[in-house]
Amino acid sequence: MARISAGIATSHVPAIGAAIDLGKTQDEYWAPIFQGYEFVKEWIKDNTPDVVILVYNDHASALMLDIVPTFAIGFAEEFQSADEGWGRRPVPVVQNHIDLAAHVAEQLVIDEFDITIINEMDVDHGLTVPLSLMFGQTEEWPCKVIPLAVNVTQFPTPSGERCWKLGEAIRNAVKTFPEDLDVQVWGTGGMSHQLQGTRAGLINKEFDNQFLDLLAHEPEELATWTRLKYLREAGTEGIELIMWLIMRAALGYGVEELHRFYHVPASNTAVGHVVYKAKS
Amino acid sequence: MPRQRLYPLADLEDIPGTKVFTARRSRQGYYLHKFCMSLMQSENREEFKKNERAYLDKFPMTEDQKQGVLARDFNRLIELGGNMYFLVKIASTDGWSAQKAVGSMTGMTPEEYATMMREGGRSPEGLRSIREGN
Repeated sequence: MARISAGIATSHVPAIGAAIDLGKTQDEYWAPIFQGYEFVKEWIKDNTPDVVILVYNDHASALMLDIVPTFAIGFAEEFQSADEGWGRRPVPVVQNHIDLAAHVAEQLVIDEFDITIINEMDVDHGLTVPLSLMFGQTEEWPCKVIPLAVNVTQFPTPSGERCWKLGEAIRNAVKTFPEDLDVQVWGTGGMSHQLQGTRAGLINKEFDNQFLDLLAHEPEELATWTRLKYLREAGTEGIELIMWLIMRAALGYGVEELHRFYHVPASNTAVGHVVYKAKS
Repeated sequence: MPRQRLYPLADLEDIPGTKVFTARRSRQGYYLHKFCMSLMQSENREEFKKNERAYLDKFPMTEDQKQGVLARDFNRLIELGGNMYFLVKIASTDGWSAQKAVGSMTGMTPEEYATMMREGGRSPEGLRSIREGN
């Protein structure tokens, strides 16, 4: 049977991808950020999953204009890196695991999550920056990736509670997949940041660190935080953090926190990153 | 099971210096955003750079939205239904960093904004609620 062995969360700031692509990771500005990912880059060499279910948001690259799905699952065999206005990132094509994606999509709908199925799309920095952070520059990604896109852009986004329940449903779906697969769930985006208006540049270290504290060991508490709380405390784009709840719920009750990292800033954003090992 | 609303949607207007991107604003910004997404193709970026006004006229945007684009006035574009995930494609076409584009909305110079971010960013203190002043 398939099992969810670990979860990773990380911010997915586009400038981090640019720093990797342009060879700036050792620059004074960027080095402390990439230092925070040294642990996971080593750890994942011995813990490479068969499949990552990668929870991210599309930044008006493939979705959000004509179609605004609250939850969507990528169902193409492969996904190209999107051209977000400066050319496609020079990263490998993302390969899907169609059988698991189909199983998860079917089981989610049966479990009353009416998820949208996307048969063709490009994937943007929200998905490719986390892959680059974990696997570095490589000819091909070492595992299959199922993109799971969440609307965190157009209000109302799903609630934190709804994201939590989706994570639980993903856990149940994966556990009933008959093939023996090692699956990780990654949650991406955040932490506090606001990219608009006179409040742009907002960073809330206290909020971010409270979120990190609760996420590991008292995550149900986070499921009660309202969207408005995220907007007020963590900025309009800080609400991306609800995607971390999907990852956390997918891991089940207990986790071992293998690594935690927090740094301000990368461009406009507070960077957060955790690695959890599932206990059950 | 009875459902309880956690807060009135009017509270979304209670955050200082912030326009929450709602479904209505999304519709208001639809053609502006269609233009922004067209900049995901290099040949369109080239055509836009050659004659911005002529390129904008291919989209049924409002004149205010076109003026906002020509002026790179992101605050105005957000007032007119824009969302930064779309608008940043204009900045990318210009070769601006996301930080420069975002900082341009704050009334600070790019250097002042970059310094504020390096020093830990903007504190939420006093910026959570207009009503509460906290």
